[in-house]
Amino acid sequence: MEGLVTQIQGLSGTDSDVLSLQNLLKQADDSLHAESTRLLPFLDQLDPAKHSLGYLYFLEAFTAGPVTNEHASSSVLMIARFISSCVAEQIRLAPDKFISVCKRFKDQVLLLEEPLRGVAPMLTAIRKLQSSSEHLTALHPEFLLLCLLSKCYKTGLSILEEDIFEVDQPRDLFLFCYYGGMISIGHKRFRKALELLHNVVTAPMPTINAIAVEAFKKYILVSLIHNGQFPTNLPKYASSVAQRNLKNLCQPYIELANSYSNGKIADLETYVEANKDKFESDNNLGLVKQAVSSMYKRNIQRLTQTYLTLSLQDIANRVQLNSPKEAEMHVLQMIKDGEIYATINQKDGMVRFLEDPEQYKTCEMIERIDSSIQRLMTVSKKLNVMDELMSCDPLYLAKAGRERQRFDFDDFDNVPQRYNI
Amino acid sequence: MDGEEDTSNPMMEANGTGGVDEAPLSSTSTRKNRPIISGEPLDIEAYAGLYTGRTKIKRLIFIASRCDNPAMQLEALRMAYDEIKKGENTQLYREVVQKIEGRLGPNYEMDAAWCSTIERKDEQRKEKLESELNAYRTNLIKESIRMGYNDFGDFYYAHGALGDAFKSYIRTRDYCTTSKHIIQMCLNAILVSIEMVQFSNVTSYVSRAELTPEALDPPTVAKLCCASGLAHLEAKKYKLAARKFLEVGPELGNSYSEVIAPQDVATYGGLCALASFDRTELKNKVIDNINFRDFLELVPEVRELINDFYSSHYASCLEYLGNLKPNLMLDIHLYNHVETLYDQIRNKALIQYTLPFVSVDMRMMADAFKTSVSGLEKELEALITDNQIQARIDSHNKILYARHADQRNATFQRVLQTGNEFDQDVRAMLLRANLLKRDCNLKASRKV
Repeated sequence: MEGLVTQIQGLSGTDSDVLSLQNLLKQADDSLHAESTRLLPFLDQLDPAKHSLGYLYFLEAFTAGPVTNEHASSSVLMIARFISSCVAEQIRLAPDKFISVCKRFKDQVLLLEEPLRGVAPMLTAIRKLQSSSEHLTALHPEFLLLCLLSKCYKTGLSILEEDIFEVDQPRDLFLFCYYGGMISIGHKRFRKALELLHNVVTAPMPTINAIAVEAFKKYILVSLIHNGQFPTNLPKYASSVAQRNLKNLCQPYIELANSYSNGKIADLETYVEANKDKFESDNNLGLVKQAVSSMYKRNIQRLTQTYLTLSLQDIANRVQLNSPKEAEMHVLQMIKDGEIYATINQKDGMVRFLEDPEQYKTCEMIERIDSSIQRLMTVSKKLNVMDELMSCDPLYLAKAGRERQRFDFDDFDNVPQRYNI
Repeated sequence: MDGEEDTSNPMMEANGTGGVDEAPLSSTSTRKNRPIISGEPLDIEAYAGLYTGRTKIKRLIFIASRCDNPAMQLEALRMAYDEIKKGENTQLYREVVQKIEGRLGPNYEMDAAWCSTIERKDEQRKEKLESELNAYRTNLIKESIRMGYNDFGDFYYAHGALGDAFKSYIRTRDYCTTSKHIIQMCLNAILVSIEMVQFSNVTSYVSRAELTPEALDPPTVAKLCCASGLAHLEAKKYKLAARKFLEVGPELGNSYSEVIAPQDVATYGGLCALASFDRTELKNKVIDNINFRDFLELVPEVRELINDFYSSHYASCLEYLGNLKPNLMLDIHLYNHVETLYDQIRNKALIQYTLPFVSVDMRMMADAFKTSVSGLEKELEALITDNQIQARIDSHNKILYARHADQRNATFQRVLQTGNEFDQDVRAMLLRANLLKRDCNLKASRKV
C-alpha cells in the first residue's frame, strides 16, 4: 500500500508518467477495494491537486463501502475539497471513477438533508469533467436534482443556457431535460421549458420510459400555458414508440387540452375539479392551475385585438369572470408581467389598450438581431459539417448503396462494399 | 284591386273558377305590369303563371307547405290540384288531395275514378311503348330506338317516376346521331336531374352539352347557363352562380318555364352577385350589364337594392331586403340560401361603410343600419375578430378607429421569432442526430 502511495507521488509529474501510473492503478484497484476501510491515513499523504488520479482511485475505493451519518459529513467535506482542487486532465483519464465518487457525494449530501452544500461542488465537478461545454455528462442531471431540491434555481439556469450536443447516455439526457424543464417552469421561463421537454418527448427511444411519460404530461401543460394550444400530433421525427404510446398513457392531460381548446372556462374548471386527485398524484396540480389562469389571459389578450378601450364590466362579461374587481386584478397582473400594454382608468372603470411600444429602432435591438444572426450562422455551419461527415461515413454509404435503384449492369460496380476492418 | 283579392278568394273557391275571368281587362294588364316577386304578399296566380309543367306543381305545393297564411295555402293547393288534373301524375294527385283535407269543398276531393282511369291508361300506354321499342330494337333502326326511349322518358316523367325517366333519357345516348339529338338528351337529363335535386348530374350534362357548340342556338345556351347557375347555387358557390346567371341572354324569354322564370334569373343573379362580388365586379357585370338590365326590369325591387348598395344607401337597401325576404323564403331553390346570402350582404355593407374612414361614430353608423349601438358593436367585433375589418373599437366613446397593421414592426417580430425557431429546431436536430449516431455505433460495434 505504501509502495503504491510512493509511486503515485513519484509518477504524477508528466503526462507519460501519469499514463503508466494509470496502468499501475488499474491493476491495484481490486486490492484497494479490499482494504477500503484502512485507506484514510493514506489519503492524507496524497495531495489532491498534484496527485489527482491516485487520490481519485483511493477515494473511490474508500467511499465504496456503506457510510454512516457521522462519517457522511466528514467524507462530504473531503470529497468537496477534492473536487475543488483536483486537476481536470488527470481525472478525465478515469471518468467512471470520478462519476461514481460524485454520485456517492450526492447521496451523502441528501442523506444529511443539506442539498445546498452539494450544489457548488457539483458544478465545479461538471466543469472539470466536461470535455467541452457541449458535452453532457452523467453529472448534469445530478446537479439539476440538487438545485431542484435546494430550490437554488438560478445556478441551475446557468447550466441550461448552454447548448448540448454530445451525450454519453440517453438516460442522462432524459433526466437532464426533465429536471431542466422543471427548473425553467419554476422560474416561469416557459419557452425554455417547452424546448427542453420537447427534446425529451421527441428523442429517439427504443422503448417507452417513465421519464418520457412524465415529461409528456408537463409538456402538454406548458404548451397550453405558453402557446394556448397543444399540437395533437407529435412531430414526425419523434420515435414511433413515443407516437403510439404517449397519448394513451397521459389520457387525463389530453382531455384537459381538448377542454382548453374549446374555450369555455367553466367546463375547464369542472374538469380540473373532477380529476384533481390524478393531477395531484403527479405533482402537477400547480401547473394545471396555471394553465387554467392562462386561459383568462388569452381571452383578455384577444380583446386587445378588437378594442381600444373597454369597461372593466365588459371585460368581466366577455372573459366570464365574476366581477369587475376580478377583471381589474387580472389586467393589472398582466400589465405587470408585460403580457399586455394597457392603462386602467379607475375613475371611469375603463381600460385603455395600447400598442406595443417596441419600435425596433434602438441599438440594443440591433445588437440583439446581430448576435442572433451570428449564432444562427454558427449553428448552420455545424449542421453542414455534420452533414458532410455523415455522407462520408462508411456505414451510411453501405446502407444507402444497398438500397439504391439499379438501372444498369454498370451500377453494380459503383456500390461501395462493406470493408472488413 | 289586387289588395282585395285575398279577401275575395273564399268566394272564388266556392265557384271553382278563378277570379281572373270576372275582373275587367284593365286589371289583368295592370297585374302584368306589376312585378310578381316584390315586397308585397305573393300573388300566387301570377307567380304560378310564370311556370309550366311539373315545376309549377312542385312550387305550388312548396308554397302551400311553407306559407303561414291559410288563404294563400288553399289558393296554392287549389291551383296545384287543377294543374295536376290536366296531367297524369296520380302520385302527386294523392299528395295534394291529402294536403287539401277537404277544405276546398267537394270539387277538390279525391276523385278515385279519375285515378283509376289514369292508371289503366298508364298500363296500356306502357305496354304499347314497350312493344314498339322492342320492335324498333329488333329492326335496329337507330333513330326509332332513340325516339322510343325518349317517349319512354317522357312517359315516366309525366307519371312522376323520375329515376326511370332519367335512365330512359340516358339510354338514348347510344343512339344519338346528330348533335341536335345530343343536346336534346342533355336538356332532358338536366330537367329530370333538377326535379330530382341531383345537381351533380346537372353540371356534368351541362358541360356535355357545351361540348357541341355548333348545335347550340341562343335560347339553348341561355337554358344551359340557367341550369349551371342553379347547380352552383345549390352547391353554395354563390360567386360562380352569380356569374352564370349574369351570362344568361335575353333570348331566354319564357322558353325555360319548365325550370325557371326570368324573374328568378334576375333575383338569384342579383342577390348572389351582391353577396359575393366586389365593387368593381358589381359595377361591370351587374349595373353596366345591358342584357341583365332587362331581367332586372322584371324585379325592380332587386334593381333598386343593388343600386342602393352601390351608392351606399344601406338603410334602404336593407329595408328592401327585409321586405323581399318572406317571398324569397317561398322559393323552392332559394329558401335555404336566403339567410346566408343576407348575412353576407349585411357584412359586406358594414365593411364597405367603414372602409373610407379613419374613425367612425358608431351612433351614426347604427342609425344608418337601423340597429342599436350595442348590436352594432357585437357585429363589428365579430367582423374584426374575423379579420374582415381592420379597426379597433373605442367602447367608451363608441368610436371605431381604423387600424393599419404596422408592417415594419410585424416584420421585425416575425424575423426574431423565425430566428429563434430555426435555432431551436437545428439544435434539437443535431442532438437527435448525435443520439442516433451513438446508437448506430453501439450496434455496429456490438455486431463486430
